[in-house]
Amino acid sequence: MSAHGPSSLKHGERHNGDANPRRKFVGQRVTRLEDPPLVTGRGTYVGNLNFPHQLHMRVVRSTYANAIIRSIDTSAALAHPGCRGVWTGADVADIPPITFRPTSIQGLEPYRQFILARDRVRYVGEPIAVVFADDPYVAEDIADLVTMDGEALPVILSADTPPGEFAPGLSTEALVLRKNFGDIESALKNAFKVVEVDVQVGRHSGVPMENRGALARIDHSRDVLECYGQGKRPHAHRDAVATLIGRSPASMHFYEGHIGGGFGVRGEIYPEDVLTCLAAQRFDRPVKWVEDRRENLLACNHSREQRHVVRGAFDEQGRLLGIDAKLWHDQGAYVRTHGARVPDMAMGTLIGAYHVPSYRTVGYVRMTNKTPAATYRSPGRFESTYACERLMDAAAEQFGLSRIEIRRRNLIPKESYPYARAMEILDHAVELDSGDFAGLLDKTLVDIGWEKLLADVAARRAKGELVGVGMGFFMEKGGLGPVDGAKVTVDTRGKVQVITGASSIGQGVETVMAQIAADALGVEYRDVKVIHGRTDVLEYGIGSHASRATVMTGGATRMAALNVRRKALEFASRHLVEAPVEMLDIVDGQVVRIDRPGEPGIPIGKVAAALAPSPATVEFGNPGLTAEGWFETAGMTHPYGIHTALVKVDPDTGETKVERFHVAYDIGCAINPMLVEGQIVGGVAQGLGGALFEEFFYDERGEPLSVTLADYLMPTASEMPPVDVLLTEDAPSPNNALGMKGAGEAGITGVGAAIAAAIDDAIGIPNAITRLPVTPQRLKALLKRHAAASK
Amino acid sequence: MKAGSFEWHPARSADEAVALLAQYAPQDGRVIAGGQSLVPSMALRLAFPSHLIDINGVDEFAKVRVEGGELVIGACVRHAAFHVTVEPGPLGRLLVQVVHDIAHYPIRQRGTFCGSLANADPASEWCLVAAVLGAKMVARSARGTRVIPAADWFQGIMTTALAEDELLAEVRLPLLPAGTRAGFYEFSRRAGDYALAMALVSWRDDGDAMRDVRIGAGAVEAQPRRIAEAEALLEGHPFTPAAIEAAAAAASAAVDPLEDVHTSAEYRRDLVGTAVRRAFAQAGS
Amino acid sequence: MTQKMAITLDVNGTGHEIRVEPRKTLCDALRADCGLTGTNVGCEHGVCGACTVLMDGVPVRSCLMFAVQAQGKALRTVEGLSTGGKLHALQQAFTDNHALQCGFCTSGFLMLAAGTLEQQPDIDDESLREVLSSNLCRCTGYQNILRAVRQVRDAGKAGAR
Repeated sequence: MSAHGPSSLKHGERHNGDANPRRKFVGQRVTRLEDPPLVTGRGTYVGNLNFPHQLHMRVVRSTYANAIIRSIDTSAALAHPGCRGVWTGADVADIPPITFRPTSIQGLEPYRQFILARDRVRYVGEPIAVVFADDPYVAEDIADLVTMDGEALPVILSADTPPGEFAPGLSTEALVLRKNFGDIESALKNAFKVVEVDVQVGRHSGVPMENRGALARIDHSRDVLECYGQGKRPHAHRDAVATLIGRSPASMHFYEGHIGGGFGVRGEIYPEDVLTCLAAQRFDRPVKWVEDRRENLLACNHSREQRHVVRGAFDEQGRLLGIDAKLWHDQGAYVRTHGARVPDMAMGTLIGAYHVPSYRTVGYVRMTNKTPAATYRSPGRFESTYACERLMDAAAEQFGLSRIEIRRRNLIPKESYPYARAMEILDHAVELDSGDFAGLLDKTLVDIGWEKLLADVAARRAKGELVGVGMGFFMEKGGLGPVDGAKVTVDTRGKVQVITGASSIGQGVETVMAQIAADALGVEYRDVKVIHGRTDVLEYGIGSHASRATVMTGGATRMAALNVRRKALEFASRHLVEAPVEMLDIVDGQVVRIDRPGEPGIPIGKVAAALAPSPATVEFGNPGLTAEGWFETAGMTHPYGIHTALVKVDPDTGETKVERFHVAYDIGCAINPMLVEGQIVGGVAQGLGGALFEEFFYDERGEPLSVTLADYLMPTASEMPPVDVLLTEDAPSPNNALGMKGAGEAGITGVGAAIAAAIDDAIGIPNAITRLPVTPQRLKALLKRHAAASK
Repeated sequence: MKAGSFEWHPARSADEAVALLAQYAPQDGRVIAGGQSLVPSMALRLAFPSHLIDINGVDEFAKVRVEGGELVIGACVRHAAFHVTVEPGPLGRLLVQVVHDIAHYPIRQRGTFCGSLANADPASEWCLVAAVLGAKMVARSARGTRVIPAADWFQGIMTTALAEDELLAEVRLPLLPAGTRAGFYEFSRRAGDYALAMALVSWRDDGDAMRDVRIGAGAVEAQPRRIAEAEALLEGHPFTPAAIEAAAAAASAAVDPLEDVHTSAEYRRDLVGTAVRRAFAQAGS
Repeated sequence: MTQKMAITLDVNGTGHEIRVEPRKTLCDALRADCGLTGTNVGCEHGVCGACTVLMDGVPVRSCLMFAVQAQGKALRTVEGLSTGGKLHALQQAFTDNHALQCGFCTSGFLMLAAGTLEQQPDIDDESLREVLSSNLCRCTGYQNILRAVRQVRDAGKAGAR
């Protein structure tokens, strides 16, 4: 597997029109604008921010997994010197439960969480009280003094056992989701073979390096409640939190600063976020809350825990006639911001890159006495890709076909795009915009050196090593619309400001937007400053989630920059240069005549200065070298990829070492290949965690056991294999001018599938791996069972 | 995750340290050296000492020396001291080998050898070294000094023979005779993690026969120990793959493993055999 | 709460006279009392390494020490890495190699790498990987961090602060 750059970037084109965008910075591996403050210790993570006279909030958490609250004793806490207040559920009885995002799925309302538990707790870690003090150490001392007397109830810890009672008369089966198209019954009846797999993914999550936190205060000069530290979806969260605490959205603003990793879990509205804002309002003092790592592992969203039973109906050639799939989704104790998005996406994306004439899927969304679950990078898709690819591997075995051949026979042909499926995901009709999966497969095999790899593996196996190769094919989705806006302004020194509704969670959004704006406008990307994550400078914004920022915000940024460019050229043509607008361009920040190369131009800062408010500029249209841009998309984008893992299993310890990992990914258009590769390699590391290391354990009483970073095992540099990335742009999205598709989740989606397949191959037992993570203990036990059965 | 309150008492000499300990031990006083286990347990509020007697400023505790056929390791000698050989013989080489499996590089800059012995975590590499090589622990208090052999030192999970008012002033490891071969292997989930099982072996080749065979397992039972059943199979016998295999199997059969969330007793038992085999393989190579 | 103690911390060559409770960790004192928030806190139990600083030239976890214990020690934090407005070679290499995304672990990795290369300028690849396994990063997958540190080692710039 050799290191590869992007294979088909079209550099050097320079056009003025929208149809053939200029690419001076787009497509280049430019270094990030984000880095200077971060490498010099000048980050503005919320823990680094302080306001005078701030209070520190500390949350008291339930130690019961399921109990009726008899009483909560706050007397000792209130008596402690330095205690500024203690709240329990009774103190916030006026605050409604946390809402979820708009969804057509009905029936989840009774499963929402209050910001502090009222009469019942349902997971260890559930907030039951908050205390306030002037010092975080003292706040923790005081929190320890709050005690709860509870009547313990039996716990439910799995989603695939019979449901129990969530509340009197209310089942723990919160929802049964269904999606269908085609005639699955006929497919099953007419099938040459029906292949079935029963597979599980363990509970794990994003676990960013920065714990959650919030800092809120009221700025009385504006009558605005400011909240710092919120990432990912500032506008939506501002609106939701404002509503919960009884403020108008216009009197509340969110500022994100630096965010120490998003990964999906940062996108929730948590009880603590609401409590911090509410406390700032009630105390009329700044209130700071920063959780510790134990709390983070207890109370920040968990994810992924699903069991899938998937049946594939195949014809004689191994072509799919239909897929019949069930899943059991462990939602944890409550349904919060994301509603049923994760199982909805898992069900909607399970059939992946394959032509499946009929599909029936049922999802049982069930409540358990564990931390609430929601999105984690590649939500639903990591799980469903793993399930579907386990099915394809099983089918390959049963048909006696290679694992590549069975897939080739079922991939959606290039000519069939756009490819519609008669179902919805997240209330959007499914239409795969473009793709050439077989083409990517061909390139992958060449890039990996497939035949040589197989020969190497065979030679090592002959010497007794348990080595194997596995692949995971996946269809991603990105560019979730429908609309995003941006505003671009040029100042009198020629510096450009882009105001976006995107959120910067470490993915490089500032750099990418600057590259897009720089090319659209005709300036140096380092002269572009990108504002993000602030509700006070842009009325709307949909944040950064679902690999959407580059596509949607990038589209809007480009439109706004083009509007500024047009405005600059029209104004220059009329007032500054004696030339028709068609003869003008902006190059390196100067308005120049196309027909007179080499002639000095007019710096756009001068154009901006000339556009200062005056009768002439009012007459021209509106003053200022500034414009908004809106981008709307008809549908989501669908990038796709193939993960390939080479693993070695130690039969004595059961340990799996991933020796090499390859990611082939068609991104449509890579704005900055260096950042895309960074996203991908980072995603692989997280996928590796989910496949081999990371799992939230509970004991039989519902006590969480993975509450330190010594117990929740994230990969270190020693566990990471070298990752090679093959980035292609063979199927640009028709839904935006640059053809962008999104990159945030490309590295993680297929990792579980590829590693499971590689382990099967290494140990020579088809379909052996049915559960992630594949821990050494589980694999050792599997090997011993197999050895005993073979005797 | 902030520690509870305590009073801090920096000691400048060993005498001052034991005097402070005599005074504060009855009031939940504890000694802090490297603090790499104590501070996290305080942060997690699993430990609440009211007084910390800080011995990091005691110069005499910072020394490692050879004396009377023993390697004498002072109370504040950091793990990192063993990144290089502290004595030229087989013991020095063994300690270099072992130290790389102890936690992580920055932890090793601060954590101490004696602190590991006093903490007596079942998965401590140094505790296994002490148990297998027959270390002597030198305990000091205002009452005096006593020497506690390894066999008496370990008294269960994170429990030692050290009295409340005593501090572990030094550990004495017998030097290994020239020609001694020693090997160490541990299995952990990730680099730097606590081991799920580990083994330390040593012996001398006497013509065709193995002599002074020592086989110990750690991270398996409440405390590390030598496994006599396995040693007996090799003592006086030639080093052969079959013999090593038999010893590994005997070690595996002899242990009574602890269980935890990552590790069943059966799995840990399997790992003991593997660890013993690999410790020999490593020493043999 | 116990009595606060008056101590002086020598950080990046500057003395900070502060008053802290004995229980205050070194990282909290650096951040809250010395105003040096470049040292991030990721776990407070010594596993993640985000808070790594140099003490007398070697990397240590500042969450596993109390501030009172750091008196008389020469402390270095990320804020002291660049000099005269010029980035340290590691800071530049991290930027050039895209060795950071969210940046939260970056200070810790920079200090770990700086201390290691100063102690062992010729450290081999395998040992370097072992040392860099001390800290957790959730964004990059480590590949670019390893590349950046190797690049600085190879350029022999480790001593050039």
